[in-house]
Amino acid sequence: MYEYNDFDHAFLAERNAQFRAQVERRIDGSLTEDEFKPLRLMNGLYLQLHAYMLRVAIPYGTLNSAQMDRMAHVAQTWDKGYGHFTTRQNIQYNWPKLRDVPDMLDSLAEVGIHAIQTSGNTIRNVTADHFAGAAADEIADPRPLAELLRQWSTDHPEFQFMPRKFKIAITGAPNDRAVTAAHDLALRIVERDGQIGYQVWVGGGLGRTPMIGKVLADFVTLDDLLPYLEATVAVWNVIGRRDNKFKARIKILVHEFGLENLREEVEKEFALRKTQFDAGQTSILLDEISRHFAPPAFEAAGTEPFDAAYEADPVFRSWVDTNLTAHRAEGYAIVSVSLKKQGATPGDATADQMRVLAAIAREFGHDELRISHEQNVILPHIHKRHLPQIHARLKSADLATANIGLISDIIACPGMDYCALATARSIPVAQEIATRFDALKLEHDIGPLKIKISGCINACGHHHVGHIGILGLDRAGVENYQITLGGDGTEDAVIGTRTGPGFAYDQIVPAIERIVQAYLDLRESRNETFLDAYKRVGMEPFKSALYPEAQRAA
Amino acid sequence: MARNFTPKVVTANHLLEGDVVYLTVDDRWTRRIEEAELLEDEAHATIRLLDAERQAAEIVGAYLADAKRGPHGPTPTHFREVFRTQGPSNYAHGKQAEL
Repeated sequence: MYEYNDFDHAFLAERNAQFRAQVERRIDGSLTEDEFKPLRLMNGLYLQLHAYMLRVAIPYGTLNSAQMDRMAHVAQTWDKGYGHFTTRQNIQYNWPKLRDVPDMLDSLAEVGIHAIQTSGNTIRNVTADHFAGAAADEIADPRPLAELLRQWSTDHPEFQFMPRKFKIAITGAPNDRAVTAAHDLALRIVERDGQIGYQVWVGGGLGRTPMIGKVLADFVTLDDLLPYLEATVAVWNVIGRRDNKFKARIKILVHEFGLENLREEVEKEFALRKTQFDAGQTSILLDEISRHFAPPAFEAAGTEPFDAAYEADPVFRSWVDTNLTAHRAEGYAIVSVSLKKQGATPGDATADQMRVLAAIAREFGHDELRISHEQNVILPHIHKRHLPQIHARLKSADLATANIGLISDIIACPGMDYCALATARSIPVAQEIATRFDALKLEHDIGPLKIKISGCINACGHHHVGHIGILGLDRAGVENYQITLGGDGTEDAVIGTRTGPGFAYDQIVPAIERIVQAYLDLRESRNETFLDAYKRVGMEPFKSALYPEAQRAA
Repeated sequence: MARNFTPKVVTANHLLEGDVVYLTVDDRWTRRIEEAELLEDEAHATIRLLDAERQAAEIVGAYLADAKRGPHGPTPTHFREVFRTQGPSNYAHGKQAEL
């Protein structure tokens, strides 16, 4: 865990004091809303449908128990007792009052958390693999680099008023759990001839023009990395389109200007910038940061209590089989705690639940927690012998749902229940799908299936990369839901394909049920996942199931 | 051809609380849409929106929202505006709980 030094603390305190003064000046009338709005956005404060919303960054999804406890405290003291974890590893408070926001930020700053650059046309919270430092398949922990980029991008004077927002993701493992191909810029840590380097991806993004990123540079060394990234962002900052907000993201530049041309410009800029960076300094800095992320002292102990419970308790066994991932250390496991209990709001945790998670991390989990882009909480380092006890605690906090990666583990944006940009609701659609398949007792039989729901074309719910994607729109004054199939957010990233006409609010759950039933009927065996089956048979069988009337007419 | 004007209310969010408010005929901001002034004349609606925008010390983001005459006063016509009179559908928070 990165611990703030005196510089970090002083910087954040000063920034929060500035924002407190800005809020006061807005309230006393010295600032107009037009003047205040960019200032509040820079500090993560939105005005949504029913209230303000404060978006707080959880850098690269990593936090400790004190930070989780503080988030609970903020939720209880100044909000309605819960928080919403997002697809960009942020937490959102849905009900703050304007006057309270400076106090909320000060409280969070005490544990080294901020809301800077969680909005606005800046470099946003750098996201990373939520299994970082724990996964068995990892080349290197991406978090030291993510922290380096957080420090580089925070308050970077050149990158405060860019054509549009800029999102960066990092993975240190070949299995991409950070949806890197859907980011403006992504780094994949790679190894060549025994040397660690960085593959730079550019131009990915979802939204109204979904694009899969492309490789801008195959292998950049650490010494070159910061000037190379700075050159990339700088080139886009200058030639990216500012005339049309819908064409401002770097993906449009890659598309219109061409990858080759962009690469050429970046190389030219890089040659200039490289001289401004002290090449050796980056590795000194990264080494220093890396010390904060040293692996915990893993204990060597037997797993008997785990083995016994696994044998005896079918509920525990089901949870273990569904929610655990292989850890790189002997006897350990990565635990994914589902925030998707069937019928609950995806990604929401109450203050009490946050405290339970913090306590488990403190007592059993080397004080570490993660937030996944799939809106779940991860306990990355758990020795298996503690699992029966942890499971019991999670159960009593309503956090033991065994559904990770299954049909009810749905990503859903806040949609029109909260968001001012939304064109339809997403949360109740997620709730109803999850409840329906739970009632049918089909969830585990269906197996791995990722449903992702967005309440508008901006695609915060990642619907384009859902195996089944759902997009809520406003069609002539009523909610209407389009379906896409075959999307994939992993290293083999694919944008899903639209099935055809959309469905009304009361028809979307039956439509999803027809798709799933078609899959169950046509799969070759239980081992053929939904996505594999879709790749084998294509769209047609699902279309026939979805639109039986059209089929009869033809 | 210009589209026929449909009735509106002036709505905004409260500066300090952030919640949804509506402009009344006597220039107050109310939390209840039924108490809002129903604007059936386009020119008058434009003037009332300008009136609202001058009250930046109290509200943010004033706009004209479609509404119709109901038994107890104006009611919303579009589902987005219906949600704004109620609050979210996943929890009993917002107006549905507070009014």
